Amino acid sequence: MATQHSRSAARLMMAPAVTLLLGWMLIPLSMTLFFSFRKYLPMRPDIAQEWVGFDNYVRFVTSSSFWPSIQATLIIVGGVLAITVVLGIALALLLSQEMWGRGIVRVLVIAPFFVMPTVTALLWKNMFMDPVNGFFAHILKAVGLTPIEFLSQHTLLSLIVIVAWQWLPFATLILLTATQSLDAEQLEAAEMDGAPWVSRFLWIMLPHLARAITVVILIQTIFLLGIFAEILVTTQGAFGSRTLTYLIYQRVLESQNVGLGSAGGVYAIILANIVAIFLMRIVGKNLDT
Amino acid sequence: MSFKNALRAATALTLITAGGAYAETITIATVNNGDMIRMQGYTDDFTAKTGHEVEWVTLEENVLRQRVTTDISTKGGQFDIMTIGMYETPIWGANGWLVPLDDLSAEYDAADILPAMAGGLSYEGTLYAAPFYGESSMVMYRTDLMEKAGMGMPEAPTWSFIREAAAAMTDRDNDINGICLRGKAGWGEGGAFITAMSNSFGARWFDMDWKAQFDTKPWHDTLTFFKGMMDESGPAGYATNGFNENLSLFQQGKCGMWIDATVAASFVTNPDESTVADSVGFALAPDNGLGKRSNWLWAWALAIPAGTAKEDAAKQFIEWATSKDYIELVAANEGWANVPPGARTSLYENPNYKDIPFAKMTLKSILSADPLHPTVDPVPYVGIQFAAIPEFAGIATEVSQEFSAAYAGQQTVEEALAKAQALTTDAMEAAGY
Amino acid sequence: MARAVTPRRKALNTFAAWLIGLIIFFPILWIFVLSFKTEGNAILPPLDVLRAPWTFESYGIVQDRSDYFKHFGNSVILAFGSTLLGLIIAVPAAWAMAFVPGKRTKDILMWMLSTKMLPAVGVLYPIYLMFIKLGLLDSRIGLVIVLMLINLPIIVWMLYTYFREIPGEILEAARMDGATLREEILYVLTPMALPGMASTVLLNVILAWNEAFWTLNLTAAKAAPLTAFIASYSSPEGLFYAKLSAASVMAIAPILIMGWFSQKQLVRGLTFGAVK
Repeated sequence: MATQHSRSAARLMMAPAVTLLLGWMLIPLSMTLFFSFRKYLPMRPDIAQEWVGFDNYVRFVTSSSFWPSIQATLIIVGGVLAITVVLGIALALLLSQEMWGRGIVRVLVIAPFFVMPTVTALLWKNMFMDPVNGFFAHILKAVGLTPIEFLSQHTLLSLIVIVAWQWLPFATLILLTATQSLDAEQLEAAEMDGAPWVSRFLWIMLPHLARAITVVILIQTIFLLGIFAEILVTTQGAFGSRTLTYLIYQRVLESQNVGLGSAGGVYAIILANIVAIFLMRIVGKNLDT
Repeated sequence: MSFKNALRAATALTLITAGGAYAETITIATVNNGDMIRMQGYTDDFTAKTGHEVEWVTLEENVLRQRVTTDISTKGGQFDIMTIGMYETPIWGANGWLVPLDDLSAEYDAADILPAMAGGLSYEGTLYAAPFYGESSMVMYRTDLMEKAGMGMPEAPTWSFIREAAAAMTDRDNDINGICLRGKAGWGEGGAFITAMSNSFGARWFDMDWKAQFDTKPWHDTLTFFKGMMDESGPAGYATNGFNENLSLFQQGKCGMWIDATVAASFVTNPDESTVADSVGFALAPDNGLGKRSNWLWAWALAIPAGTAKEDAAKQFIEWATSKDYIELVAANEGWANVPPGARTSLYENPNYKDIPFAKMTLKSILSADPLHPTVDPVPYVGIQFAAIPEFAGIATEVSQEFSAAYAGQQTVEEALAKAQALTTDAMEAAGY
Repeated sequence: MARAVTPRRKALNTFAAWLIGLIIFFPILWIFVLSFKTEGNAILPPLDVLRAPWTFESYGIVQDRSDYFKHFGNSVILAFGSTLLGLIIAVPAAWAMAFVPGKRTKDILMWMLSTKMLPAVGVLYPIYLMFIKLGLLDSRIGLVIVLMLINLPIIVWMLYTYFREIPGEILEAARMDGATLREEILYVLTPMALPGMASTVLLNVILAWNEAFWTLNLTAAKAAPLTAFIASYSSPEGLFYAKLSAASVMAIAPILIMGWFSQKQLVRGLTFGAVK
C-alpha cells in the first residue's frame, strides 16, 4: 500500500500540521531562549538589554524558591494522577454495571470536566473551602467542630482535591470507554470457575485497562504540569503551593524580569521532557502501534 | 527608548489636534470595585455629552494588573485608558509611558485634587493619572461591642490599646472576633497592611543604600505583635483574608474592629449590605508613639498610555469621570455616601458631605499620610505601603507569602523574616541596586 | 459487559452510582442554587440557604453589568472556529500517519504532543510581541489560531487512532474503483470515522471553551470570551457569592448542556487508541 506515490502524498498531507506546530514551537522557543540569555527588565527602560550569559539560569536555580517549586509541582501532578486513576477505575467499573438511569449518572459524573478551571477554582475556594462562609465550614460548625482552614493549612491537599475533581471525569470517560470492550464471556467464565473478585480484577480487568491508564496518565500529565489558573485564583502561590509554572509567572509578570522568567521557562521545558521520556519508558510500551 | 516614546506621543498628539472632534470608541481597562462598576452605569451620560462611546474591560485586580502591565511595557496599545494606582503611576510616568495630564481644562480645576493624591500620582511634578477615588486606612469599630467591653475608642488609638480592646471584644462563642486584619499574600493585600503597620513600629523596607531591613528588630516586633494579636482575637483563617473577606466578615457582624481602607466605610455603613450599619465608629489608624501612624495612602486613578490614537477622547473621559460634576451626578442618584471619595478638596468642603459619618475621619487620615516621608528612619523610596520601584511588586508579593505562611503557623516569624531578607537581597542584586 | 444480573445487585449498583454521581455533581448544583438567592442569603448555612426565597436578581445584575451575549458569541466562535480549523489541518495529517505509517510516525506524534508542554506563562511576552507585530491582539482570528495550535496535537492524535481502526482494504477497494485521494477521504473515510470525529470535535470544543490563559491575555474588549466575563466577578468588593454563582452558571451552562446531549458520543469516542 505504501507506494512511493502515496508516501510523498502523505508527506504533503502532514506538512501543514507539522509546519504549523513547528512554528508554534520554534518561534516562541527561540525567543524564550534568546531572552533567557539577556538582561530584560521591561519596567526598567533605563537598564539596557544586554547579554548576560548564563546569569539568569544560575539565578533561577539558586533562588530559594526553585526546589520547593519543583517539589510542589511533582506532588500536585502525582497526587492528582493517583486520585484520578484509582477513582477513575473504580467509577468506570461501577458505571459499566447494569443500573437504572445510567445515562443520567454518567452525566453527573462527567459534568466537572465542562467547568472552566477558573470557575472550578473560584467555586471551591469561596463556596466550599472558605473557613467562614464556605459549605464545609457551615457543616462543621453545625456539628460543633472548628472549621478547617483548607487553603492555608492543608494547601497542597486542597489544591489536589480541586484539580482532581476537575480531571476525574476525563479519566473516568477514557477508562469507561475501555471497559466497554471487556470480554464479558471471559469474566463470566472466571466467575464460574470461582475466581474471587480481586483476582478477576487483577488478572483480567487491570491488564485490559492498562493502555487506557497509560493514555490517562500521559494526557493528564501534559495538562497538569501547566496548571496555573487554579493556583492564581486560590492561593497565588502562597503556603508552599508555588509550582514551577507559577514561579515563572511570578518572575515574568510580577517581578517583570523577562530574562529570569525565560530561563525558568527553559527549565520547565526540560522538566516536561524529562517527565515525558520517563513516562514513555515506563508506560510507553503499552502504547505501541 | 523613552525618547522614541516621547516622539511617538508627540506625533499622535499632532495627528489628533489636526483631526478635530468626531465620535470615537475608547477602550477602558478597569478594576471590578464598586465605584468603578457604578461609573460604568453612568457611561451614557458621558456619551450624551461628548458623543464618544466606551467599551469596558472590567477585570479582577490581579488580572487587571497583569493585563495592563504587559500591554504598556510591550506598547500593545489595547487600551486608551487604564485604571492604575499610586504604585504604578510614578514608575510608568518616569518611563514616559503615560500621557502627561498637565493640560486639563479650567472647569476641571486640577488644583482641587487633594495635594496628597496629586503628589502620589505625579512624577517630577507632572500629573500622570487623575484620581477617581482615593483612600487612606483607618480603624472601623463596632460602637455597641466597644461599649459592652466597657471601653472607649480614642480618636487616635495606640497599638497596645487596639490589642487590649480586641481581646476584650472577642467572643468566640458568638462568633465575634475582636479584630479583623489582612493576612492574605499579595503586595496589595496583606503586604500593604503589614508594611503600613511596620512604619509605625519604626521599620522600613530598605535603608538609604537599598539594603533590605528584615533582619532588624522593628520588623520582628511588627510581625510578632501582629501574629500575637491575630492569634488571640482574629478570625479563623486570617492568613487568607484580604480586603474583601474582611469586609464581608465585618458586614456580617463578626468583627469588633477592622483596620482597612477608608472607602470601606461607605460599605459598612450601608444598611442594604451591612447588618451593623448603624453601630460603626471610626478612628485614626493606630501608632506606637514613634511619630508615624500605620495608615496608608492609595488612589485608583485613570491614566492614558502614551501612543494611543484616541488621546483627546480619552482625556475627555478622564475629565468627565473625575470631575466635580460626576460627583454631583452620583450624589443626585444614589446619595452623598456613595460618591467616589478622597480625590477632591471641594468634596470635603461641601456641606452635604459633611454630614456623612466617615467623611471627617477619612479626610484626617488622608491628610496625615505622607508618602514622601513614610518611615521613622529615612528611606530612599517614595510610598507608604509600598516602595515605588518596579521591583517592589514582585518582591513584596513573595515576602508577603512568607509572612502569610508564618500567620498560618507553617513557619516561625524568625524563619519568615530570614527568608524575606534573603529573597529581597537577591532580587535587589539581580536588579542592579 | 452486559449480562443478566439480579435485581438486588442492580439496585445496589444504582444506589452506589447515584450516590457517587450526586456527590461529584454537588458543587455545580450548589452554585446553581446560590445563583437564585440574594447576596445576603447566599452566605447562610446550607439549610437556611435552601429555605431562603428564590430570586432572579443576580442574573439581572450580571446581565445589566456585562454584555453576556457578546462574550457568549465570542466563546462560540473561538471554540468552534478553532476546532474546525484544527480538523481541516489535522484530517490529512492523521490520514497520512494512519495509512502510510513511516518509521517516524510515532515519534512525530509524540513530538506533537510535547509541544503542549511549553509553559504558556513563559512565552507570554514573545507571543504578545508577535501579536502586536501582526496586529492580531484582541482579534478573534488571532485567538482562533492560537487555540487551534494548542489543541492540534490532541486532534491529530485522536483522529489518528480512529483512522487506524478502519481496515485498509476498504480504502484500497475504493482506490481500485478509481477514487481519487480526495474522494477517498471525503466519501469513504469520513463517513466511517464520523463517530470518532464527533467526539474529537466535542473534546476540543470543551478544551477551547475553557482555555483561560491566552483568551484573557490576548483580548481586550472585542474578542473577549466568557473566561474574561468571569474575571470581572471573581473577588469584587462586598458580598459576591450570588453574583459569582450566577455568572458562573451563565459561563458553564452552554458547554454543560452540550456535553449532556453528547455524553453518549463522548463515552464511545474517547479512546485515544487505548482500545483495540
